Amino acid sequence: MADYSWPEAASRRLIGKRIARLDGPAKVTGAAKYTYDVHRPGMLYAKVLRCPHAHAKVVELDLSQVERMPGVKAVVVIQGEGAEIQWALDEVAAVAAASEEQAADAVRAAAAAVRYEVLPHFVDDYQLDQAPSTKPGEEQSVGDAAGELARSAVRLRRRYGLPRVAHNCLEAHGHICEWQDGDHLATWSSSQAVSAAATQFGEGLGIPASNVEVHTEYMGGGFGSKFNIDSWGVVCAKLAKQAGAPVRLMLDRDAELTVAGDRPSAWADVELGALADGTLNAWISSSWGSGGLVSAGSPPIPYIFEVPNLRHRHTAVPTHTAASRAWRAPNHPQACLITLSALDDLADRLGMDPLQFFNKNLHLTGPRQRFFAEELAVADRLMDWSRRWRKRGSATQGSASRGPERKGLGLSMHVWGGRGHASNCDVTVYPDGAVEARLSTQDIGTGTRTVVAIVLAETLGLPLAAVQVRIGDSQYPTSGASGGSTTVGGVSSATRRAAVDALAMVFAKVAPQLGVAADRLEAVDGQVRVKGEPSRALPWKRAAGALGVSPVTARGTNPGPGDLINSGSAGVQMAEVSVDLETGIVRVDKMVTVQECGLIIDLQTAESQVYGGMIMGISYALSEEKVLDPITGRMLNVDFDSYKLPGIGDVGELVVEMMTGPEYDRRGVVGLGEPPVVSPGAAIANAVANATGVRVPFLPLTPQRVLDALAGPPESAASAPSAASAVGRT
Amino acid sequence: MAEDHGNERSEPGDQVAGGLSRRDFLRTGAAAGALGTALLTGEAQHPATAVPTARHEAGVELVGPGAVPMSWRINGRQLQATLEPRVTLLDALRDHLELTGAKRVCDRGTCGACTVLIDGRTAYACSILAIEAQGRSIETVEGLGTPEHLHPLQAAIVAHDGQQCGFCTPGFVMAAKGWLDRRGHPGGQAGNAAPTAAELHRALSGNFCRCGTYAGLRPALLSVVSAAGASEGA
Repeated sequence: MADYSWPEAASRRLIGKRIARLDGPAKVTGAAKYTYDVHRPGMLYAKVLRCPHAHAKVVELDLSQVERMPGVKAVVVIQGEGAEIQWALDEVAAVAAASEEQAADAVRAAAAAVRYEVLPHFVDDYQLDQAPSTKPGEEQSVGDAAGELARSAVRLRRRYGLPRVAHNCLEAHGHICEWQDGDHLATWSSSQAVSAAATQFGEGLGIPASNVEVHTEYMGGGFGSKFNIDSWGVVCAKLAKQAGAPVRLMLDRDAELTVAGDRPSAWADVELGALADGTLNAWISSSWGSGGLVSAGSPPIPYIFEVPNLRHRHTAVPTHTAASRAWRAPNHPQACLITLSALDDLADRLGMDPLQFFNKNLHLTGPRQRFFAEELAVADRLMDWSRRWRKRGSATQGSASRGPERKGLGLSMHVWGGRGHASNCDVTVYPDGAVEARLSTQDIGTGTRTVVAIVLAETLGLPLAAVQVRIGDSQYPTSGASGGSTTVGGVSSATRRAAVDALAMVFAKVAPQLGVAADRLEAVDGQVRVKGEPSRALPWKRAAGALGVSPVTARGTNPGPGDLINSGSAGVQMAEVSVDLETGIVRVDKMVTVQECGLIIDLQTAESQVYGGMIMGISYALSEEKVLDPITGRMLNVDFDSYKLPGIGDVGELVVEMMTGPEYDRRGVVGLGEPPVVSPGAAIANAVANATGVRVPFLPLTPQRVLDALAGPPESAASAPSAASAVGRT
Repeated sequence: MAEDHGNERSEPGDQVAGGLSRRDFLRTGAAAGALGTALLTGEAQHPATAVPTARHEAGVELVGPGAVPMSWRINGRQLQATLEPRVTLLDALRDHLELTGAKRVCDRGTCGACTVLIDGRTAYACSILAIEAQGRSIETVEGLGTPEHLHPLQAAIVAHDGQQCGFCTPGFVMAAKGWLDRRGHPGGQAGNAAPTAAELHRALSGNFCRCGTYAGLRPALLSVVSAAGASEGA
């Protein structure tokens, strides 16, 4: 068997170095064409009629007038008379017209041509006792939780939680569909799953998946919300067929925020206890939350720490809202916020520095214990934690001179799997020396093209500029969806195997010319040469010329031979905040992430993933919340003015330290996209507790919630995060 | 191409913006949006390019609601299209002029993804009508560098990895370009003083990123603006 293993550190030119993403110039100049930018000849524009009610029956729908409106070329009923709509802004009908303005006119007219019978709805999932129905999960039980809790020297009982947040992709969900004939479809889709999208279009339209080609050369963000072509993908294709012209259907921002993906909420009542020496001993919790009408899984509570005596149950609360989607690190941020907040509160009650408390209990973190210990030590140094940490509420660092402002430090830890997904890569070497990799993967901003190019060029001993990477087309070899931090592991290992095999094909042809056996050749510095005899060499182009007239192609797969990837990453984060006790405003001054993810392919884009995770985390910790109005059942903050993201000045100093070296390299490649977004909620909330002396139990840490917490006990009703009270808070 | 529309030429003095009373202004229907911004920003002296199909009513020229020919000076080229007066500059750029660098994200003047320069000032292209942008100098990201020849701002963003999915990036580039133009020359807003982080944050506070690229954007843009100040001062 060929040796596919990763090259040793000493011989790497590209892998693990800091390399600027290869499609950066196309993106930064506007040359990159996203789905939203594609303009097909004769293209029509679609708009969707959406139901304004959270729960309603369509009683009457007559679009005959709409069909005759100026510019209207196609009308498709999605949920017609008799249909029961289950969430606000769900689709009723769609139109395609010659201009977007005409399509908007038509949808306005259609809204007047539909009559609903409004039905009762429920959206406020925090109010568990008011829910019309609940779906309790199975109870987990380990040891004697109740007995050991009673015997614990220090005990705590509190409620924590966080609301739904939206994916809010800057490029809205959507497609352009163009029929090539009666049953062959081409689409440009903003997708995280190019290979799967072709199958989904085929199923939705009743045509063979092989008749569909999906293009996603560039896409503007997904975060877990773009695995499916969605109902509107099929609608877009139907409109195009009816009109006999290409159709663009991109969601408007209110729909993007309301129906195109969110993270489930999670609330929990937690009781926990520790022995007098700080050893975590018992945990009892009951959590609930909503991901729409269907269950959205259950947060892994307690998070990371395998408490020896444990009882936990999660209850799903059905609500009239669109189904949640896999929001970056599904279920982990919720479990992390709830668990690490409770542990931080317990450490405070024990009178311990949380860093000491977590270190004391690292034996409960299983196989990742060693990584956590190393990372906590690095983070301690980067944040200067041990020297600067003060007991909760004791106003650290010169608060006297800063008036109402208090500083605090907080800590959190996280894990993720991230084993590479199934992937196929074809590497072709042409007789003129050109090299190309093709795979039906996608770049969702993580740097997929760059990773593939690095592995290919490294393996062939060529500069990056000498290799071509073609992705984002369903007609290329099948590759997995970009979710769960699985892409880099999948594409890098498939590419490595393909490149090693393609190189062997070249060696087989070149070997006679160099008068040695093929296994004595190596590809280094743009040459094919005899190992140990660098003077016996051919430039790459001449070596490739030995192929004759036909290029060669090798297929690499993942899973496949050789131990190239792994699962399981561990990371820690520390946050430093300033809290204004008079206004309740929280500012993140500094955050540190120390993260390992095995062998790193591109250090720069890896660091970017961590920076991005921290910033997205600061966002949901401080300002993001889908505010659902209990009265109308609608999301109220459906634009960027009221669904708040941090700006460039709102994120403080950010420090990233990637753990590297032989022991990490040996693990192989582990995915990285999810882990850094898990901890910020807990790290920042813990820092706020450290600064103010009180626990703000619910995210986001808005000024009103901070002031409420300062005014009274954290369990008080005043802090309840019901949507009605949240309206005035955001 | 849009340039080949062959619209009729504008006639000197055939101005929409000149000499309106407030009452006339309020009655001008589709053109009102155009004049609104111009008057509010005190830049009403820019004559809008003529609209040959304009009607007259009570001494006021009316256009629309149907499509009317328009033309713009964009990245130094004169471009034309025939559009309804209600079409925004952003949609004109993206859907009719094949200039898709400016992105449509919020479509209501909050996110900054559609940032362009109009007469040298940063503007949200989603919040100005195409018809009101006539007669003004428009610069889009396509007017800066190309992938082969990047503008220093663009090269710095690539080098510092100040982008991930890249959808917000052209908006940041143009906001940064506006900042650089304002301050980067002697006598500019800040002269040759080294830019501070606070100044950068103010200059780019009208743009949002979802992937979280601020950590790369900050050093990238500070390095370019510092270099510009240094070279001007040398």
